[in-house]
Amino acid sequence: MKIDIQDHMLVPKHEIMTDKEISDEFGDVDYDFKDLPKIKSGDPVVKAIGAKPGNVLRITRESQTAGVFVTYRIVED
Amino acid sequence: MKGFIKKIEQINFGLMSPEDIRNMSVVTVETPDTYEDDGFPIEKGLMDPRLGVIDPSLVCRTCGFRGGDCQGHFGSIELARPVIHIGFGDVIHKILRSTCNECGRVLLNNEEIEEFTQKIHETMDNKESLNAVLKEVYRVAKRELKTMPENDDEEIDPKHCCPHCGAPQEAIHLDKPVTIRQGDYKLTASEVRERLEKINDEDAFVLGVNPEVARPEWLVLTVLPVPPVTVRPSITLDTGERSEDDLTHKLVDILRINQRLLENMEAGAPQLIVEDLWELLQYHVTTYFDNEASGVPPARHRSGRPLKTLTQRLKGKEGRFRSNLSGKRVNFSARTVISPDPNISINEVGVPEMIAKEVTVPVYVNQWNIDEMKTYIENGPDVHPGANYVIRRDGRKIRVRNEETKDLILEQLEPGFIIERHLKDGDMVLFNRQPSLHRMSMMAHEVRVLPYKTFRLNLCVCPPYNADFDGDEMNMHVFQTDESRAEAKSLMRVQEHILSPRFGGPIIGAIHDHISGAYLLTRDGVEFTEEQALQIIRKSHLKLPVLKSGQWILKEDPDFGEESYIIKEKGDMWTGKELFSLLLPNDMNLSYSAEISKCPVVYPEEDAKVIIKDGILVQGVIDESAYGSFSGKILDKIVKEYGPGRAKEFLDRSTDLAICGIMKTGITTSLNDEEIPEEAQDRINEHLDNKMAEVDKLVESYEEGYLQALPGRSLEETLEMKIMQVLGEARDMSGSIAENYLTMGKQSDDDPYDHVMAVENHSVVMARTGARASMLNLTQITACVGQQAVRGGRIERGYLNRTLPHFKKGELGAKAKGFVHSSYKSGLDPIEFFFHAMGGREGLVDTAIRTAQSGYMQRRLVNALQDLQVKSTGLVTDNQGNVIQTMFGEDGVDPAKSDFGKPANLDKLIDEIRMESMVGK
Repeated sequence: MKIDIQDHMLVPKHEIMTDKEISDEFGDVDYDFKDLPKIKSGDPVVKAIGAKPGNVLRITRESQTAGVFVTYRIVED
Repeated sequence: MKGFIKKIEQINFGLMSPEDIRNMSVVTVETPDTYEDDGFPIEKGLMDPRLGVIDPSLVCRTCGFRGGDCQGHFGSIELARPVIHIGFGDVIHKILRSTCNECGRVLLNNEEIEEFTQKIHETMDNKESLNAVLKEVYRVAKRELKTMPENDDEEIDPKHCCPHCGAPQEAIHLDKPVTIRQGDYKLTASEVRERLEKINDEDAFVLGVNPEVARPEWLVLTVLPVPPVTVRPSITLDTGERSEDDLTHKLVDILRINQRLLENMEAGAPQLIVEDLWELLQYHVTTYFDNEASGVPPARHRSGRPLKTLTQRLKGKEGRFRSNLSGKRVNFSARTVISPDPNISINEVGVPEMIAKEVTVPVYVNQWNIDEMKTYIENGPDVHPGANYVIRRDGRKIRVRNEETKDLILEQLEPGFIIERHLKDGDMVLFNRQPSLHRMSMMAHEVRVLPYKTFRLNLCVCPPYNADFDGDEMNMHVFQTDESRAEAKSLMRVQEHILSPRFGGPIIGAIHDHISGAYLLTRDGVEFTEEQALQIIRKSHLKLPVLKSGQWILKEDPDFGEESYIIKEKGDMWTGKELFSLLLPNDMNLSYSAEISKCPVVYPEEDAKVIIKDGILVQGVIDESAYGSFSGKILDKIVKEYGPGRAKEFLDRSTDLAICGIMKTGITTSLNDEEIPEEAQDRINEHLDNKMAEVDKLVESYEEGYLQALPGRSLEETLEMKIMQVLGEARDMSGSIAENYLTMGKQSDDDPYDHVMAVENHSVVMARTGARASMLNLTQITACVGQQAVRGGRIERGYLNRTLPHFKKGELGAKAKGFVHSSYKSGLDPIEFFFHAMGGREGLVDTAIRTAQSGYMQRRLVNALQDLQVKSTGLVTDNQGNVIQTMFGEDGVDPAKSDFGKPANLDKLIDEIRMESMVGK
């Protein structure tokens, strides 16, 4: 039996961003998107959605302060 | 050299080669003596003038700067024989055992060398620590034999031989700290150096010695650098005697032995003598670096005191790092005991005159203030607003001493001079109480020079500093530049910190008598004659209401003119509420439940509900909910809507008013306040008896086996839980019985008090208004103390199966496990007292442990987060530019500017809009 960990209530939504999404999202921000936080390629969620090193993940999660918060993570080796 | 700024671009760590040391050296020191008899330093001695000068009247022969500006120059000593540097004993050992004893190649085969070289390059590129890789290198390169074979032709396992020349590898040992031994043969430092010289650069790299910055043989000293005299200044004693620094003493020792060794070697002395001297030289050089090395007897001063050499200067709490670099001392600061003063503003601090005359503010003299400055100089250092020092235009500092110097200075004084004048009223200073746990622990106050010897502070700032007056001391720092003063004035002033970033509400606010005073003033029925009222207004430094055609105008709105007047007939009695209303902004509208609404009965009922309309306190009393620290509603609204300046004024004036209020009736407390009628006591006892019976019943049902276990709990746990519950109820019920009798005063129209201001019970007033103590405290005094707990449960410890020998083994009753029936007032019996002490002790131990734990936790948090910064867009990054959060706190809200943690309080906004629309109609 295989459990999809993405169905678990404690795992927020992870998506792989396309190049277009990346350029749209980080085109006019005041930081280099390469400085975003990292996530290990061995992370169970990364494996589950099949992300490769260099991919950028969009993580949409519930936030105590902001309600819903979108954060990003770069997959690294 | 002054005013010359160099930018450090990079720092390289490596070893100094003998050549480097010689190049940097300005003199080769040869003579162990320091000064000639005539007092001049000997050439080529340890005090050679080329090593730098300290005396400002002398010019350095090397750099041409005067003493003070010359930072000193290194010399060197040519050691007659090499010695091992004590810091590198184990490095040398590791390298020697990893290299061939014969050919000097590293004991790795070519593939291994290749592999490790690459690995090291990789780790260096990744900027990771090399320790793990090098550990692996040393492990693989260890090929030594435990014992060498007796006869030469015995076959030796090739894994114990050099992979390059095939020589068998005898084990090399390090006898701490610096003796290297191969088998039984002791290697001399020269031999060690020779071996290290044989290692080629590639092999050295694998062993962790980067040939770009170091060579293995540099681990053995042949030339010793001599630090400049500025590092080891000699002191001239009062007797005219010269006393040399410990380092100089040590260098003298080294030079003496070095000289003797050289002479003996030249004279061809026997090997034994040379070796002895050599070892002595090694000892002196070793203790020169570290006089506390294990296995080396410390070198001592003539008096028997161990010398403080290089390592001792740097190491430990008193060392250069912890004492001088991390823990710098500051000038222009003061520390003394604090005491309260409700008559100064919350942003002021009372400074004793004694301190004001000691710490100074530098002021530039200009044409507008020159006359003022002249009076300061005339006053001199001993009369309060005076001056201690004058800095002339050429930078010379002159002390204001006596009439002569005063006259001299006054003659010269002109714009451009700097006067270090005494602290005076209105100066900004930084005020601080340790532990400085949050930003409100350091705030900028204005000075009020006052008599006596304590710092005085307003009681409203006690909560942010967490200060009380049981002997607390606080520190004060005086700003020395206009920039720092300006910055402090806009960022650090007390009123800027009324709102705490912890919860978005006021942390500075009323406490204790400030609250009970306002309650006594604003209670329903408090009345003053006009004369009394005007006196109170005057005493509180409030603006006198305008008297217009026989009417007092309490409030007015300039936009609406006479229509908006709230008036009061002249000659009428004034209520406390009207007096308090004078503090409130004219257009303020607010309603909330007062702290006393938590009472079972409030008389009159309206007092529990506060309504402020157009700046008039229409109904309700002022208590902790109004302007207490942490919870004040009115205060909160004033800071957020009218600004910190207005809030400061509000707190200052309300302090004055509360004092008037409290002085009207006075406040006092005694044991009589906790007195309840006999009938109440009977009810409490009866109630407790019932509950005890209930506990006995529970125990009985447990013993008989009727008790049903709760899900997930054992029978014993169930019983314990149920007993705890019953005992909890017992205490609570006895408390609430007592509370019915512990009332603030008049409870209904039928009560016999003829005047409301005859408040009956001040203990209860303090507890109910939130000024101090709680109803729990009072009912514990009056009714029943309740269950004592150790480790969160009833008391279990003591004797075998029982707490005390007064009980049967296995007894489960209330009394046997620490329930205290008595009240503090009636007194505890010995058994209760003992249990109470157990619970009390646990409380003390817990607080002690908790402060230590949370202190360390805070330290780790601060260290982890101190370099983070929030950009104006809300981006949070660390100092490397890594993104921590794309939006601060995910919602971008500054908690200090939030409404109790929320970006906005919708209920409040709706209320406001509703009120506005009502006014519109």
